[in-house]
Amino acid sequence: MDNTRILIYDGSFNGFLTAVFKAFEERINVADIQRNGQAQNALFSDTEIIFTQMDKAKRVWNGVQNKSNTAIKNIYFAFLSEHKGIELLLYRYIQKLFASQVSVHSDYSDTIVLKISQLAKNVGREKHRMEAFVRFQLTKDAIYFANIEPDFNVLPLISKHFRSRYVDQHWLIYDIKRKYGLYYNLQTVEIVSLNLNEVYANSIHKSDRFLGEEYSYQDLWANYFRSTHIKSRINKKLHTQHIPKRYWKYLSEKKQAV
Amino acid sequence: MSFERIKEKLNILADAAKYDVSCSSSGSDRTNTNKGLGNATPMGICHSYTEDGRCISLLKILLTNHCIFDCAYCVTRKSNDIKRAAFKIQEVVDLTINFYRRNYIEGLFLSSGIFKSPDHTMERLVAVAKKLRLDKNYNGYIHLKSIPGASDELMYEAGLYADRLSVNIEVPTISGLKLLAPDKKHEDFTKPMRKVQHEIVRYKAEKRIIKSTPKFAPAGQSTQMIIGATGETDKDIMYSAHHYYTQYQMRRVYYSGYVPVAEDSRLPAIGSQVPMLRENRLYQTDWLLRFYGFGVQEILNNEHPNLDMDVDPKLGWALRNLHLFPIDINRADKGMLARIPGVGMQSVGKILNARRFRKLNWGHLKKIGIALNRAKYFIICDSNQWENHELEPQKIKGIILKNSVGKFRKNYSSQLQLFN
Repeated sequence: MDNTRILIYDGSFNGFLTAVFKAFEERINVADIQRNGQAQNALFSDTEIIFTQMDKAKRVWNGVQNKSNTAIKNIYFAFLSEHKGIELLLYRYIQKLFASQVSVHSDYSDTIVLKISQLAKNVGREKHRMEAFVRFQLTKDAIYFANIEPDFNVLPLISKHFRSRYVDQHWLIYDIKRKYGLYYNLQTVEIVSLNLNEVYANSIHKSDRFLGEEYSYQDLWANYFRSTHIKSRINKKLHTQHIPKRYWKYLSEKKQAV
Repeated sequence: MSFERIKEKLNILADAAKYDVSCSSSGSDRTNTNKGLGNATPMGICHSYTEDGRCISLLKILLTNHCIFDCAYCVTRKSNDIKRAAFKIQEVVDLTINFYRRNYIEGLFLSSGIFKSPDHTMERLVAVAKKLRLDKNYNGYIHLKSIPGASDELMYEAGLYADRLSVNIEVPTISGLKLLAPDKKHEDFTKPMRKVQHEIVRYKAEKRIIKSTPKFAPAGQSTQMIIGATGETDKDIMYSAHHYYTQYQMRRVYYSGYVPVAEDSRLPAIGSQVPMLRENRLYQTDWLLRFYGFGVQEILNNEHPNLDMDVDPKLGWALRNLHLFPIDINRADKGMLARIPGVGMQSVGKILNARRFRKLNWGHLKKIGIALNRAKYFIICDSNQWENHELEPQKIKGIILKNSVGKFRKNYSSQLQLFN
């Protein structure tokens, strides 16, 4: 019997890992793994909906981790890239890992391995950028608030950084594109979704949700930023290479330029 | 706090501090203690970039730009007619904390003009760091400038609170120093450096025995040299840098193309071009020394006192040493792989990993990301097609230059431009 199927999962990482588990267990000939809501009908394959099961997901995670720590990190990072067709690529990658005794994750002459490691690298770069480009604004409720709009879904990755740095202040980082955020309440970080009817970019327009002092500090910062330029060495190309224009909207020092 | 007044001071004192190139916030691993504020990440974070493309990681300011010295290369020298200002200690502390909480910066870089005496100045710098650490429970990055001529006791205290300390030697040769900064002695620069170095070594040794030994300048020391102000050769600069790397265990030596800030007969005139290409080549050499296993004599010596401007130093070295090539990608050891022009350390790592699985050919190397346009003349791999290795160095250089573009090319192109 031809066991070709398209697996549909709920979009979470654990859901994906459950699908991988299922595919291995039932020896499914996987035609594709698709996110619920983005699934496309295929003519010649059956589809199957996968329900996320934490214990199954955990087993795949542990299995890969036993093979290599780098591999599990690469898989998680590459998954968060939301790259089109990433699920199938990762499935093939995991197949490769389990099929071999040696650590295939460092075989950079293999197309899939190289692609996964490059995607993971891109996501890692975006994570690092977000750790740098988040600009908190102090609200009247004494919460340090920031909007972001990253290319990849990096919020889960930056949580630890902000948690271990800003231990003594309430903060909230909100991903506008994916409509969820992280809120730290001095004890733990929780995932929140808000009804933002206004994007609080660091714009010239002042919102009354922030303290007046907040705008003074933004002003000081923008001012400091301007005085660091060395006129005789201006290199705008290098500047935008480091801070691509898509991030400017949320950087208070660049608000005049937007 | 009056924001207008602070803004005015910040303008003056940040403007004067911007010629300090160092802005790294890496190399320290201070963790957050007692639910305080901040930590230092070992890899450092650049929070923004200036329009000249340099990283802004730290709030880089002078405590004051009043100065009793008159060094020709410096914008805050005594005889320069500029606006002077000074921050109060509390103002610097508040500014740092508030910027830090908004995730603008990784920490503070505090330097100062020298008022009254070196010790008096150093004491104020240390006071800022101490207040941040002890009163504000702040664990972010602090970079303090060691004031030339400061006493050992103050340098010791500075190391307890700061992550990094730095003295800029500015002029790489002693004769140049005499010419441009007649009030300062070479020993004034090296004495605080030496003291900090000894303390770092001592604390490290103690840490091995007693785990709870506090940190002492965990990100080490750095220094900076001005390029192109006194007619020194690249050899002078790099040998001097090498000296500081080996004798003082510097983490970094920075090279800063001299930006003319004053009319002075001893210096390049205002408006003359900043030697950015030369600066770039010096940094490339610096990297070759620190990460690629090159010796300084291999790249610069009496026959070659200056770096090639048209090709990078590694390619220049390879062209002078063609007898060592071609290198077999599938067999050569790490040290030799690192010496191939167009191959960086990232690629070296990938090659070493990948060749355990199969023999690598041109296709693999291209995907891994090495610059084949330069590398192909120096390597062989699993392929029966290779470049003619019988070419003369000049010929190889010619072909490489012809088939590539560089943003500095117009600065040294000897070819006549047809349309201009």
